[in-house]
Amino acid sequence: MADSAQDDDGVTRRDFFNVAAVAASVVGAGLAAWPLINSMNPAADVLALSSTEIDLTPIEVGQSITVVWRGKPVFIRRRTEAEIEQARADDKASLPDQELDADRVQNPEWLVMVGICTHLGCIPLGQKAGEPRGDFGGWFCPCHGSHYDTSGRIRRGPAPRNLEIPEYIFLDDTTIRIG
Amino acid sequence: MAGAPNREYKNSLVRWIEYRLPIFSLLDHTIGRDYPTPKNLNYWWSLGAVLTIALIIQIITGIFLAMYYVPTAEGAFDSVERIMRDVNSGWMIRYIHSNGAALFFAAVYIHILRGMYYGSYKRPRELLWFIGIIIFILMMATAFMGYVLPWGQMSFWAATVITNLFSAIPWVGDSITIWLWGGFSVGSATLQRFYSLHYVLPFVIFGATIVHIWAIHVHGPNNPKGISVKGPQDTIPYHPYFTTKYMVVFGIFFIALAFLVFYEPNYLNHSDQFKRANPLVTPANIVPEWYFLPFYAILRSIPDKLMGVVAFGGSLMILFILPWVDTSRVRSGAFRPVFKQFFWIFVADVILLGYIGSQPPAGALLIIGRLATVYYFAHFIIILPLVGWMERPKPLPESIAEPVLKGEGGQ
Repeated sequence: MADSAQDDDGVTRRDFFNVAAVAASVVGAGLAAWPLINSMNPAADVLALSSTEIDLTPIEVGQSITVVWRGKPVFIRRRTEAEIEQARADDKASLPDQELDADRVQNPEWLVMVGICTHLGCIPLGQKAGEPRGDFGGWFCPCHGSHYDTSGRIRRGPAPRNLEIPEYIFLDDTTIRIG
Repeated sequence: MAGAPNREYKNSLVRWIEYRLPIFSLLDHTIGRDYPTPKNLNYWWSLGAVLTIALIIQIITGIFLAMYYVPTAEGAFDSVERIMRDVNSGWMIRYIHSNGAALFFAAVYIHILRGMYYGSYKRPRELLWFIGIIIFILMMATAFMGYVLPWGQMSFWAATVITNLFSAIPWVGDSITIWLWGGFSVGSATLQRFYSLHYVLPFVIFGATIVHIWAIHVHGPNNPKGISVKGPQDTIPYHPYFTTKYMVVFGIFFIALAFLVFYEPNYLNHSDQFKRANPLVTPANIVPEWYFLPFYAILRSIPDKLMGVVAFGGSLMILFILPWVDTSRVRSGAFRPVFKQFFWIFVADVILLGYIGSQPPAGALLIIGRLATVYYFAHFIIILPLVGWMERPKPLPESIAEPVLKGEGGQ
């Protein structure tokens, strides 16, 4: 290497080629790894899962049903007057994830939410009569003790966010489409 | 792997092979006649060999289970039931695999605690300790994914809860979780990738084990006195002395395994595992396998999701700083009267966390769990550095050989 061109700092052309070659190899390895990493993302057929339409007529006031959308449970609750009142009153309570009840429903009578606890993904209890509904009259997650209110908002426990509201529209007064 | 010079082998075939590929001298230097070992090693030093055997049992039984297992959400549960009922000896192979995993963890916990008591992580064995922690984390990942494969209720919900830990990462958490799942919830795609990884990770563990053993041989194993080997008078060959001594522990291991497999095969199992996975019903109380309970208790004791996950990861990662937070220059706990007491309090704390992890998170237990979590971290961050500075250790013996030759025994 004695004959290679050398500048004042003792850096040779060969040093530059070494650094450039290593850098190019790292970039190349990264590019080659991407298709492998990306192959683990949801496949096209999974993404294409259609939306779900639900007929609401059989649901009585104060009753809840659970439907499956994209492999996840969706809670649909026809709330009683008292529950709606309570949810609105709680707008002023101290909420870990501030949100108005009015922003969580399209029609106050119908609460539609993804029934998955925002903590670690368990299904909260409170859908069936007789199940514990937590200290705020909504839902209670038995896994790590998160309490949700009558608007599905987190009130106490480790969950960071309110129960998620999926995209849905009312096709008519008694039918909704989720997704 | 230094030691005695290569011996001349008597058997001519062995000599022929040795000349071309020195595999016999490699074995002799690694676990045989030419591996000089501190003469005072006690039974707690057998766990490394026990763990190697446990890993091999898991790999062999796993290979045969894989011949019948169907890794799809539709087929997994039924294929496991078929292994249990119809496949010849299938029940035994599966029970050895599932109970073998439990004993594997029992052995690794004793192995880790032995290292903590005798200061095996201290200079110059820090990297040996690091490789061990990496193996432990790989074991946890492998065991977790293996637990998901039967696709029972606990499988499904364990997978859901643990993969959801990643959703706590700010900004990218949800994308990472969907990427891990290969869908919008735990499903067939998740099960199949877990199967793929559950098959390959044990071989990664095997490779890491070889590096672990390599690292042991650079400076030789630590020993109950925690003082370095000073010469040949301090050592005896690994074979036949320790190979035979450790046979006793191998026997205990196999008796325990046989007892579980043939008398209490489901003692460590959960009744919800006999139900098919149902994505719409969460079991009333999700409980992980016993060997994850202390860490699970730490996760649950923190009321904030992100901080809970950080504490959960931190409770493992903190093992990496052990060589530096332990400020004492004395390795072995046998000569550290104050450390010794705190060591056993720490063990009690971990057992307490394990109990709390098995109970529903409410009331007084929640408070106790939080205190126990604080103590867990305080042991590393506060107690160990202070004890190292303030404690007055007992005088160390001159050499390993000295007390042995005086007839004081190898306590």
